[in-house]
Amino acid sequence: MAYTERLDKRKFDELRPMEAKIGVVKNAKGSASFKSGKTWAIAAVYGPREIYPKFLANPTKGILRCHYTMMPFSGSGERIRPGKSRRAQEISMVMEKALLPVVDLTDFPNSVVDVFVELPQTDAGTRCAAISAASMALAHAGIPMKDLVSSIAVGQVDGTVLADLSYGEESYPDVEVSDIPVAMLHNSKQISLLQMDGEISKKDLLKALEMAKGATEKVYELQVKALKEHYSKE
Amino acid sequence: MSSILVQDKSVVVPGEILAEGMDYLPGDNTYRENDKIYSKVLGLGYPAGRVIKVTPLAGPYVPKPGDKIIGKIIDIAFSGWRVNTSTAYSAMMNVKDATSRFIKKEEDLSKIMAIGDHVVVKITNVTSQNLIDLTMKEPGLYKISGGRLITIDSQKVPRVIGKKGSMISQIKEKTGCNITVGQNGVIWLKGSPEGELLAEKAIKLIEQRSHQEGLTDKIEKFLEENKVPLPERKSNGSDLKESEGNEYAEETEEGGQ
Repeated sequence: MAYTERLDKRKFDELRPMEAKIGVVKNAKGSASFKSGKTWAIAAVYGPREIYPKFLANPTKGILRCHYTMMPFSGSGERIRPGKSRRAQEISMVMEKALLPVVDLTDFPNSVVDVFVELPQTDAGTRCAAISAASMALAHAGIPMKDLVSSIAVGQVDGTVLADLSYGEESYPDVEVSDIPVAMLHNSKQISLLQMDGEISKKDLLKALEMAKGATEKVYELQVKALKEHYSKE
Repeated sequence: MSSILVQDKSVVVPGEILAEGMDYLPGDNTYRENDKIYSKVLGLGYPAGRVIKVTPLAGPYVPKPGDKIIGKIIDIAFSGWRVNTSTAYSAMMNVKDATSRFIKKEEDLSKIMAIGDHVVVKITNVTSQNLIDLTMKEPGLYKISGGRLITIDSQKVPRVIGKKGSMISQIKEKTGCNITVGQNGVIWLKGSPEGELLAEKAIKLIEQRSHQEGLTDKIEKFLEENKVPLPERKSNGSDLKESEGNEYAEETEEGGQ
């Protein structure tokens, strides 16, 4: 039996209800919160500041350093050990690579911009929420950027191509499932993050990536709205 | 076909298209790709004639020669001091740029300025790698004592000073504080405790609302509503410092309303 109705009755290309807010961490240079369904990411940006350890410094441009952390009881299941893990390190790395094409730190050689992303609650799609939040927080901090990065997961459950998978869909039992987090630059539509868990046919992959274009556009609209609203209120 | 797509003083986000066509030129904080001009920061768009620029709403301080900043002594070297400039880069101030007094070879530099002291200094030189040279041998540059330091975003400094220093002189007048604004966003306040608190609140309010119009009047209203007793004017050193502050404010009128 094919997957014809989604667990939360959404349309196939419908995203979970999203919410974006700027300036949630007052002590940071820039900050943003991004919610997508039950997934919630808070990003805080510090810097450019002096880099330690010194050997990491790049004399031609500043470097971007991301730190991704899930809170201990953020998932629906067991306690997650706080701190660095193999998974957190991987996601921190892909976040850096997803954001680097837009961030321009040539004016700040030998310095570092730190992005901390904390996830108080998760329900799949955390790296996408983290990237979308980090992109807004970097803009809020006034870091020179060529563009904004918007990120969303697409995928396939039992032959049906979907956007923004929840944890229930990502772990759908006994069928072929794939989860493809995508991050896209708005103007050039270049993809700066593309990963995949599971299996997907070539036809469905192309269909999913086409769906990602529309889905990231919706995220982008929300990001722009949040940034502009933050500065328009009386 | 060329057209401007941004309204004057509207908020733009990074990557937003400001203008199409080769008739327009990219100004500060913008870039051109093919025939379009894009914003590079979150800021307010200013189409001025053919040039389109963006004024950032926030952002890191970029040191420039001639800027007056407030820094903190963090280290003492053989012949000078290392100063934290509240950026990613610390600056070096040589003995000969710090004082005109003769310094003996074995003299203890910490007697002149110790680690932890704050100083009002001027940037004389900045290299491409953002190595900074400072001087303290000009009028209006001195070691700070007493009062309180607050930090704001460096992009908001022009708004705190106001057009020809209108904003800052208004705050000085109404709170009875001496105020020195560093271009790096560090502000030194000295006055009565109530005056300092009020001045701090007013400056934080400016920082929060810097993108709005008619800010000087709003702040005036705020200061009127929260009046503090003004101390008796003394006609000695404190007045001198204030006039220096005014002089400085006039130099940096750009970006006022």
